[in-house]
Amino acid sequence: MQRGIEWQAAILKAIRLETPRVKTFTFTLPDWTPHRAGQHYDIRLTAPDGYQAQRSYSVASEPERVGEIDLTVELVEDGEVSTFLHEGLVVGDLIEMRGPIGGYFVWEAAQSEPLLLVGGGSGVVPLMAMLRHRAAAGSNVPTRLLYSVRAPMEVIYAAELDELVRASPDLKVLLTFTRAKPQGWEGYARRIDQAMLGEVMAPLSSTPRAYICGPTLLVESVATLLLQSGLPRELIRTERFGPSGGPA
Amino acid sequence: MEIDLNRSLMLDGNALAGVLQEIFSMEMTASPTECAHCGYEGEMGTLLAFVCSPGLVLRCPSCENVILRIVQTPDAIYLDARGAAFLRLTR
Repeated sequence: MQRGIEWQAAILKAIRLETPRVKTFTFTLPDWTPHRAGQHYDIRLTAPDGYQAQRSYSVASEPERVGEIDLTVELVEDGEVSTFLHEGLVVGDLIEMRGPIGGYFVWEAAQSEPLLLVGGGSGVVPLMAMLRHRAAAGSNVPTRLLYSVRAPMEVIYAAELDELVRASPDLKVLLTFTRAKPQGWEGYARRIDQAMLGEVMAPLSSTPRAYICGPTLLVESVATLLLQSGLPRELIRTERFGPSGGPA
Repeated sequence: MEIDLNRSLMLDGNALAGVLQEIFSMEMTASPTECAHCGYEGEMGTLLAFVCSPGLVLRCPSCENVILRIVQTPDAIYLDARGAAFLRLTR
Protein backbone atom coordinates (compact mmCIF):
# COMPACT_ATOMS: atom_id res chain seq x y z
CA MET A 1 0.00 0.00 0.00
CA GLN A 2 2.85 2.40 0.73
CA ARG A 3 3.76 3.25 -2.80
CA GLY A 4 3.58 6.04 -5.27
CA ILE A 5 1.96 5.41 -8.58
CA GLU A 6 3.78 5.47 -11.85
CA TRP A 7 2.31 6.24 -15.23
CA GLN A 8 2.47 3.37 -17.71
CA ALA A 9 1.53 2.88 -21.34
CA ALA A 10 -1.44 0.53 -21.55
CA ILE A 11 -2.35 -1.17 -24.83
CA LEU A 12 -5.94 -1.06 -26.01
CA LYS A 13 -6.95 -4.67 -26.60
CA ALA A 14 -10.68 -4.44 -27.36
CA ILE A 15 -13.64 -2.06 -27.52
CA ARG A 16 -17.20 -3.16 -26.77
CA LEU A 17 -20.31 -1.06 -27.27
CA GLU A 18 -22.48 -1.33 -24.15
CA THR A 19 -25.17 1.26 -24.93
CA PRO A 20 -25.34 4.00 -27.57
CA ARG A 21 -23.30 6.31 -25.26
CA VAL A 22 -21.24 3.82 -23.27
CA LYS A 23 -18.24 1.74 -24.33
CA THR A 24 -16.04 -0.72 -22.49
CA PHE A 25 -12.31 -0.56 -23.25
CA THR A 26 -10.09 -3.51 -22.40
CA PHE A 27 -6.48 -2.50 -21.73
CA THR A 28 -3.44 -4.72 -21.34
CA LEU A 29 -1.10 -3.35 -18.66
CA PRO A 30 2.67 -3.96 -18.82
CA ASP A 31 2.87 -3.35 -15.04
CA TRP A 32 -0.37 -4.94 -13.85
CA THR A 33 -1.22 -5.22 -10.15
CA PRO A 34 -4.52 -6.67 -8.94
CA HIS A 35 -6.98 -3.91 -8.01
CA ARG A 36 -9.63 -3.93 -5.30
CA ALA A 37 -13.18 -3.87 -6.64
CA GLY A 38 -14.27 -0.21 -6.69
CA GLN A 39 -10.83 1.25 -7.43
CA HIS A 40 -10.10 3.33 -10.49
CA TYR A 41 -7.37 4.32 -12.92
CA ASP A 42 -6.33 7.80 -14.01
CA ILE A 43 -6.00 8.33 -17.77
CA ARG A 44 -3.81 11.14 -19.10
CA LEU A 45 -3.88 12.47 -22.64
CA THR A 46 -1.12 14.73 -23.93
CA ALA A 47 -1.56 16.93 -27.00
CA PRO A 48 1.40 17.65 -29.34
CA ASP A 49 1.72 21.12 -27.75
CA GLY A 50 2.07 19.61 -24.29
CA TYR A 51 -1.49 20.33 -23.09
CA GLN A 52 -2.68 17.56 -20.81
CA ALA A 53 -6.11 16.37 -19.78
CA GLN A 54 -6.63 13.82 -17.05
CA ARG A 55 -9.67 11.88 -15.86
CA SER A 56 -10.36 9.08 -13.48
CA TYR A 57 -12.34 5.96 -14.51
CA SER A 58 -13.56 3.09 -12.38
CA VAL A 59 -12.39 -0.41 -13.20
CA ALA A 60 -15.35 -2.52 -14.33
CA SER A 61 -13.62 -5.90 -14.38
CA GLU A 62 -12.84 -8.24 -11.52
CA PRO A 63 -9.34 -8.34 -9.97
CA GLU A 64 -9.17 -12.07 -10.72
CA ARG A 65 -8.55 -11.23 -14.39
CA VAL A 66 -4.78 -11.12 -14.72
CA GLY A 67 -2.84 -8.58 -16.77
CA GLU A 68 -5.74 -6.54 -18.09
CA ILE A 69 -8.61 -4.32 -16.99
CA ASP A 70 -11.91 -3.13 -18.41
CA LEU A 71 -12.80 0.54 -18.12
CA THR A 72 -16.42 1.39 -18.97
CA VAL A 73 -16.71 4.99 -20.10
CA GLU A 74 -19.77 7.11 -20.79
CA LEU A 75 -19.45 9.62 -23.62
CA VAL A 76 -19.83 13.05 -22.04
CA GLU A 77 -20.87 15.98 -24.18
CA ASP A 78 -17.81 18.23 -24.60
CA GLY A 79 -15.82 15.78 -22.46
CA GLU A 80 -12.30 15.99 -23.86
CA VAL A 81 -11.12 12.64 -22.54
CA SER A 82 -14.29 10.57 -23.03
CA THR A 83 -14.73 11.94 -26.56
CA PHE A 84 -11.19 10.94 -27.47
CA LEU A 85 -11.63 7.48 -25.99
CA HIS A 86 -14.92 6.96 -27.80
CA GLU A 87 -14.00 8.44 -31.16
CA GLY A 88 -10.23 8.59 -31.45
CA LEU A 89 -9.03 5.18 -30.26
CA VAL A 90 -8.38 2.00 -32.23
CA VAL A 91 -7.27 -1.38 -30.95
CA GLY A 92 -3.49 -1.43 -30.49
CA ASP A 93 -3.23 2.21 -29.41
CA LEU A 94 -1.18 3.12 -26.36
CA ILE A 95 -2.77 5.15 -23.57
CA GLU A 96 -1.03 6.61 -20.52
CA MET A 97 -2.58 5.52 -17.25
CA ARG A 98 -1.83 4.99 -13.58
CA GLY A 99 -3.49 2.88 -10.93
CA PRO A 100 -5.12 1.11 -9.28
CA ILE A 101 -6.13 4.08 -7.14
CA GLY A 102 -8.42 4.59 -4.15
CA GLY A 103 -9.12 2.68 -0.97
CA TYR A 104 -12.34 4.14 0.42
CA PHE A 105 -14.93 2.96 -2.11
CA VAL A 106 -13.77 -0.65 -2.26
CA TRP A 107 -15.30 -4.01 -1.43
CA GLU A 108 -13.56 -7.32 -0.94
CA ALA A 109 -15.16 -10.76 -1.10
CA ALA A 110 -13.76 -11.54 2.35
CA GLN A 111 -16.27 -9.05 3.83
CA SER A 112 -19.18 -11.09 5.12
CA GLU A 113 -22.01 -8.56 5.64
CA PRO A 114 -24.88 -8.50 3.14
CA LEU A 115 -24.27 -6.07 0.34
CA LEU A 116 -26.53 -3.26 -0.82
CA LEU A 117 -25.34 -1.68 -4.06
CA VAL A 118 -27.13 1.40 -5.36
CA GLY A 119 -26.12 2.79 -8.73
CA GLY A 120 -27.31 5.58 -10.97
CA GLY A 121 -26.41 5.62 -14.68
CA SER A 122 -22.72 4.91 -15.27
CA GLY A 123 -22.31 4.85 -11.49
CA VAL A 124 -23.02 1.14 -11.87
CA VAL A 125 -19.46 0.57 -13.18
CA PRO A 126 -17.55 0.14 -9.87
CA LEU A 127 -20.54 -1.82 -8.51
CA MET A 128 -20.21 -4.18 -11.49
CA ALA A 129 -16.57 -4.75 -10.52
CA MET A 130 -17.85 -5.75 -7.08
CA LEU A 131 -20.47 -8.13 -8.54
CA ARG A 132 -17.90 -9.71 -10.88
CA HIS A 133 -15.43 -10.04 -7.99
CA ARG A 134 -18.18 -11.58 -5.84
CA ALA A 135 -18.87 -14.17 -8.57
CA ALA A 136 -15.20 -14.89 -9.35
CA ALA A 137 -14.35 -15.30 -5.66
CA GLY A 138 -17.34 -17.62 -5.08
CA SER A 139 -18.81 -15.33 -2.43
CA ASN A 140 -22.46 -15.91 -1.60
CA VAL A 141 -23.12 -12.91 0.64
CA PRO A 142 -26.74 -11.82 0.10
CA THR A 143 -26.54 -8.97 -2.38
CA ARG A 144 -28.98 -6.46 -3.85
CA LEU A 145 -28.21 -4.12 -6.73
CA LEU A 146 -30.70 -1.27 -7.11
CA TYR A 147 -29.89 0.36 -10.42
CA SER A 148 -31.53 3.62 -11.51
CA VAL A 149 -31.51 4.46 -15.21
CA ARG A 150 -33.44 6.97 -17.27
CA ALA A 151 -34.48 4.66 -20.13
CA PRO A 152 -34.26 0.97 -21.13
CA MET A 153 -31.59 1.57 -23.77
CA GLU A 154 -29.29 3.05 -21.11
CA VAL A 155 -28.99 -0.12 -19.03
CA ILE A 156 -25.30 -1.06 -19.02
CA TYR A 157 -24.37 -4.79 -18.65
CA ALA A 158 -28.04 -5.86 -18.99
CA ALA A 159 -27.34 -9.37 -20.33
CA GLU A 160 -24.49 -10.08 -17.92
CA LEU A 161 -26.54 -8.90 -14.93
CA ASP A 162 -29.22 -11.43 -15.93
CA GLU A 163 -26.57 -14.16 -16.10
CA LEU A 164 -25.13 -13.23 -12.70
CA VAL A 165 -28.60 -13.37 -11.16
CA ARG A 166 -29.28 -16.80 -12.71
CA ALA A 167 -25.97 -18.09 -11.37
CA SER A 168 -26.41 -16.82 -7.82
CA PRO A 169 -29.63 -17.33 -5.82
CA ASP A 170 -28.37 -14.81 -3.26
CA LEU A 171 -28.16 -11.98 -5.79
CA LYS A 172 -31.10 -9.84 -6.87
CA VAL A 173 -30.95 -6.97 -9.35
CA LEU A 174 -33.73 -4.38 -9.29
CA LEU A 175 -34.03 -1.72 -11.94
CA THR A 176 -35.89 1.54 -11.70
CA PHE A 177 -36.59 3.65 -14.78
CA THR A 178 -36.92 7.38 -14.15
CA ARG A 179 -37.98 8.70 -17.57
CA ALA A 180 -39.06 5.92 -19.94
CA LYS A 181 -39.85 2.34 -19.00
CA PRO A 182 -39.98 -0.77 -21.18
CA GLN A 183 -43.38 -1.79 -22.54
CA GLY A 184 -45.29 -3.87 -20.07
CA TRP A 185 -42.79 -3.05 -17.26
CA GLU A 186 -44.20 -3.80 -13.84
CA GLY A 187 -41.13 -2.94 -11.78
CA TYR A 188 -40.06 0.39 -10.34
CA ALA A 189 -40.46 3.48 -12.51
CA ARG A 190 -39.56 6.42 -10.28
CA ARG A 191 -36.63 7.99 -8.49
CA ILE A 192 -35.29 5.98 -5.57
CA ASP A 193 -37.24 6.71 -2.39
CA GLN A 194 -37.52 5.41 1.17
CA ALA A 195 -40.26 2.89 0.30
CA MET A 196 -38.20 1.44 -2.55
CA LEU A 197 -35.06 1.13 -0.40
CA GLY A 198 -37.13 -0.49 2.33
CA GLU A 199 -38.50 -3.11 -0.06
CA VAL A 200 -35.08 -3.80 -1.53
CA MET A 201 -33.43 -4.22 1.86
CA ALA A 202 -36.23 -6.06 3.66
CA PRO A 203 -35.21 -9.60 2.58
CA LEU A 204 -31.63 -9.07 3.81
CA SER A 205 -31.24 -10.93 7.07
CA SER A 206 -28.92 -8.45 8.77
CA THR A 207 -27.67 -4.89 8.40
CA PRO A 208 -26.02 -4.49 5.02
CA ARG A 209 -22.92 -2.64 3.97
CA ALA A 210 -24.02 -0.07 1.38
CA TYR A 211 -22.14 1.29 -1.63
CA ILE A 212 -23.76 4.15 -3.53
CA CYS A 213 -22.36 5.47 -6.79
CA GLY A 214 -23.88 7.86 -9.28
CA PRO A 215 -24.60 11.52 -9.85
CA THR A 216 -24.24 13.73 -6.77
CA LEU A 217 -27.97 14.26 -6.26
CA LEU A 218 -28.74 10.53 -6.32
CA VAL A 219 -25.81 9.72 -4.02
CA GLU A 220 -26.76 12.36 -1.45
CA SER A 221 -30.44 11.50 -1.52
CA VAL A 222 -29.88 7.74 -1.13
CA ALA A 223 -27.24 8.21 1.58
CA THR A 224 -29.60 10.48 3.52
CA LEU A 225 -32.48 8.00 3.17
CA LEU A 226 -30.30 5.13 4.39
CA LEU A 227 -29.13 7.15 7.40
CA GLN A 228 -32.75 8.02 8.19
CA SER A 229 -33.67 4.35 8.01
CA GLY A 230 -31.09 3.65 10.69
CA LEU A 231 -28.12 2.34 8.73
CA PRO A 232 -24.95 3.42 10.59
CA ARG A 233 -22.82 5.96 8.75
CA GLU A 234 -19.73 3.75 8.84
CA LEU A 235 -21.56 1.10 6.78
CA ILE A 236 -22.35 3.56 3.96
CA ARG A 237 -19.74 4.29 1.28
CA THR A 238 -20.37 6.84 -1.44
CA GLU A 239 -18.76 7.86 -4.69
CA ARG A 240 -20.02 10.76 -6.79
CA PHE A 241 -19.75 10.51 -10.53
CA GLY A 242 -19.26 13.89 -12.11
CA PRO A 243 -20.43 15.02 -15.51
CA SER A 244 -16.93 14.39 -16.83
CA GLY A 245 -16.03 11.21 -15.02
CA GLY A 246 -13.98 13.28 -12.60
CA PRO A 247 -10.66 14.99 -13.20
CA ALA A 248 -7.90 13.69 -10.98
CA MET B 1 -23.61 32.38 5.28
CA GLU B 2 -24.89 30.94 2.00
CA ILE B 3 -22.11 29.39 -0.10
CA ASP B 4 -22.80 28.51 -3.72
CA LEU B 5 -21.14 25.14 -3.95
CA ASN B 6 -22.21 24.45 -7.53
CA ARG B 7 -23.22 20.96 -6.55
CA SER B 8 -23.83 19.78 -10.08
CA LEU B 9 -20.07 19.90 -10.73
CA MET B 10 -19.19 18.49 -7.34
CA LEU B 11 -17.33 15.22 -6.89
CA ASP B 12 -15.79 13.70 -3.79
CA GLY B 13 -12.40 12.85 -2.37
CA ASN B 14 -12.34 9.60 -4.34
CA ALA B 15 -11.82 11.64 -7.51
CA LEU B 16 -8.57 13.06 -6.05
CA ALA B 17 -7.15 9.68 -5.02
CA GLY B 18 -4.51 9.84 -7.75
CA VAL B 19 -3.17 13.29 -6.96
CA LEU B 20 -3.28 12.60 -3.20
CA GLN B 21 -1.29 9.42 -3.74
CA GLU B 22 1.18 11.41 -5.86
CA ILE B 23 1.66 13.94 -3.01
CA PHE B 24 1.76 11.54 -0.06
CA SER B 25 3.08 8.39 -1.79
CA MET B 26 0.27 6.39 -0.26
CA GLU B 27 -3.44 5.73 -0.58
CA MET B 28 -5.22 8.54 1.29
CA THR B 29 -8.96 8.26 0.53
CA ALA B 30 -9.58 5.69 3.27
CA SER B 31 -7.50 7.74 5.71
CA PRO B 32 -9.30 9.85 8.35
CA THR B 33 -9.04 13.62 8.61
CA GLU B 34 -10.69 16.24 10.82
CA CYS B 35 -12.23 19.53 9.77
CA ALA B 36 -10.51 22.39 11.61
CA HIS B 37 -13.73 24.42 11.50
CA CYS B 38 -16.43 22.10 12.82
CA GLY B 39 -14.63 18.97 14.00
CA TYR B 40 -16.21 16.61 11.46
CA GLU B 41 -14.10 13.49 11.24
CA GLY B 42 -14.26 11.15 8.27
CA GLU B 43 -12.29 9.45 5.52
CA MET B 44 -10.81 11.74 2.88
CA GLY B 45 -12.97 9.96 0.30
CA THR B 46 -16.04 11.48 1.96
CA LEU B 47 -14.92 15.11 1.48
CA LEU B 48 -16.61 17.20 -1.21
CA ALA B 49 -14.33 17.84 -4.18
CA PHE B 50 -14.42 20.80 -6.54
CA VAL B 51 -12.22 20.21 -9.53
CA CYS B 52 -13.52 22.54 -12.24
CA SER B 53 -11.22 25.37 -11.20
CA PRO B 54 -7.51 26.23 -11.52
CA GLY B 55 -6.86 24.32 -8.32
CA LEU B 56 -8.45 21.37 -6.56
CA VAL B 57 -10.53 22.07 -3.46
CA LEU B 58 -11.74 19.63 -0.81
CA ARG B 59 -14.51 20.82 1.51
CA CYS B 60 -16.07 19.43 4.66
CA PRO B 61 -19.31 17.51 3.94
CA SER B 62 -20.69 18.73 7.27
CA CYS B 63 -19.96 22.50 7.42
CA GLU B 64 -18.76 22.93 3.80
CA ASN B 65 -15.67 24.94 4.76
CA VAL B 66 -12.44 24.39 2.83
CA ILE B 67 -10.24 21.63 4.24
CA LEU B 68 -7.58 21.25 1.54
CA ARG B 69 -6.45 23.19 -1.51
CA ILE B 70 -4.10 21.74 -4.13
CA VAL B 71 -2.53 23.71 -6.96
CA GLN B 72 -0.33 21.96 -9.51
CA THR B 73 2.21 23.83 -11.63
CA PRO B 74 4.75 22.32 -14.04
CA ASP B 75 7.45 22.58 -11.34
CA ALA B 76 5.64 21.99 -8.08
CA ILE B 77 2.54 21.08 -6.15
CA TYR B 78 1.19 23.58 -3.61
CA LEU B 79 -0.79 22.15 -0.72
CA ASP B 80 -2.81 24.37 1.60
CA ALA B 81 -4.08 22.19 4.44
CA ARG B 82 -4.97 24.83 7.01
CA GLY B 83 -8.59 23.67 7.04
CA ALA B 84 -7.58 20.26 8.36
CA ALA B 85 -7.02 19.70 12.07
CA PHE B 86 -4.99 16.66 11.03
CA LEU B 87 -4.21 14.32 8.17
CA ARG B 88 -3.29 10.72 8.90
CA LEU B 89 -0.44 9.03 7.08
CA THR B 90 -0.20 5.29 7.72
CA ARG B 91 3.28 4.19 8.76
